[in-house]
Amino acid sequence: MTTVVTDNCDLCRFTDCVTVCPMVCFHGDDKMLYIDPVVCIDCGACLPVCPVRAIYEVKNLPPEQHEWIAINATRSAALPLVTDKAQPLPGALDRKKQLGF
Amino acid sequence: MLKLAIVGSGPSGFYVAEALLKSGSVEVNMLERLPVPYGLVRYGVAPDHPKLKLPALAFARTAALPGFRFIGGVTVGRDMSVGELREAYHGIVFCGGAETDRELGVPGEGLPGSHAATEFVGWYNGHPDYLERRFDLTQECVVIIGHGNVAADVCRILAKPVDDLRQTDIAEHALDALAESRVREIHLVGRRGPAQVKFTDKELRELGEISQASVSVEPGCLDLNPASVAEVNDPREQAAGWNMQLLREFAARSSADARRRIFLRFLESPRELYGTDHLEGVVLEKNILDGPPFGQTARGTGRLLRLDCGLLFRSVGYMGVAIPGVPFDARRGIIPNAQGRVLHDGQALAGIYCAGWIKRGPSGIIGTNRADAIETAAHLLSDFTSRDDLPAKPGASALLPLLASRGLRCTDFQDWLKVDAAEIARGAAVGKPREKFVRIKDVFDSISDQAAA
Repeated sequence: MTTVVTDNCDLCRFTDCVTVCPMVCFHGDDKMLYIDPVVCIDCGACLPVCPVRAIYEVKNLPPEQHEWIAINATRSAALPLVTDKAQPLPGALDRKKQLGF
Repeated sequence: MLKLAIVGSGPSGFYVAEALLKSGSVEVNMLERLPVPYGLVRYGVAPDHPKLKLPALAFARTAALPGFRFIGGVTVGRDMSVGELREAYHGIVFCGGAETDRELGVPGEGLPGSHAATEFVGWYNGHPDYLERRFDLTQECVVIIGHGNVAADVCRILAKPVDDLRQTDIAEHALDALAESRVREIHLVGRRGPAQVKFTDKELRELGEISQASVSVEPGCLDLNPASVAEVNDPREQAAGWNMQLLREFAARSSADARRRIFLRFLESPRELYGTDHLEGVVLEKNILDGPPFGQTARGTGRLLRLDCGLLFRSVGYMGVAIPGVPFDARRGIIPNAQGRVLHDGQALAGIYCAGWIKRGPSGIIGTNRADAIETAAHLLSDFTSRDDLPAKPGASALLPLLASRGLRCTDFQDWLKVDAAEIARGAAVGKPREKFVRIKDVFDSISDQAAA
């Protein structure tokens, strides 16, 4: 079992998740974050703090989102760590509203 | 140099230390009443959740940062006063957690056989304070009051076949006692409904995965009132939806040929514990829910029922313990504060801070305390932005001689690393990841042995 970031993060990048991660397992590009499945301990602390509920434990991941398991593994391996909270992307609040949160 | 003391070495203490040390030129002394660090990561996280103990690796990295010092074996407010601590440091951050539990407040609570869940947790995790506790595991029926993760942990440890615990770091005395357990039925009682349980869905799911055990939910219990339906359908509350889905799966299962049976019970509150010289059962009152979505409270209906049991654990909330010389909100069990700045009569006290459960109450999980600690550390650092006319403070150079003069034997982080290695070696000999030293004397003996070697 593992925990993954999904497409709701894309264009939001609120980064609240990194402040509650006990293991420092978030990596990111300019658009969104990804979880390193090797380092993550599946504690679930990040799930409720995501303003757009982009993070899932794989057991609760809707089937049409399963591609994100592989995407998180490969992207996190290729990208730098994100250890501190950053400003959300411009337009993040609009996108949050659009997503229904 | 800014010299700071952190009182407590659990997750919030280490996360405050991490945030402070990352800022650069500070000295952080972490004071802990036990000779060993890590608080609830060592003594709270269940032995069958080894991954959730891995944050200790991050704590050890923090401990290796320049400016960090661990001082174990000192109880602030007993071995030394808060005033003495303030003399030695520019700032103090209290991170003592929620060390005591809320009582049910019903007649019979003091009967033998009625316990706080935290006593059992401390006992099976080898906490020195709970070594002498005895739990009557000859009882076939156990009741646990509360629907949170501590209740789920206690239930799982009682329900699992003992062989499934042998390769964990559970304390040896607990393993021996659980091997003789005659527990057959475990009732988890919650005052509100299935949509309001506080278990994480992960903990709830695990209850359904215990070998040779069943989980029973009466299907009728899962009919929700309109306010609860609104709660479950709210997109922000994913966990409630996942929990309901799991509960429906449990309700549809058969519980035939299970060795141990778990019963999830909703909308019931304890009104009395009965028994002559030992607990014999609990009187429960059926509740209904009142109020708007996310504001529903349980109201008694007057309908009572008796549930016979010889062992009961309460897990209905946790509270911090007051430290002499530090403001305390006894009702909430926390230190009154504004985002981590400790308040006295509504005014911030210079140089006094708090973080973690003693700051906000016992909510969230390990990582939740990291964001909380970052907030406190940020406020502390902003209070010390101009350090030019900061008076010099002696820090450890005054504290350690003071503690020694009072006959205290303190530990440092090197001592802990010795204890850690010795515990891991002891565990390896019996197929466990660790065999803890459960007596404080044994911790010190292990340090002395290695010093001699």
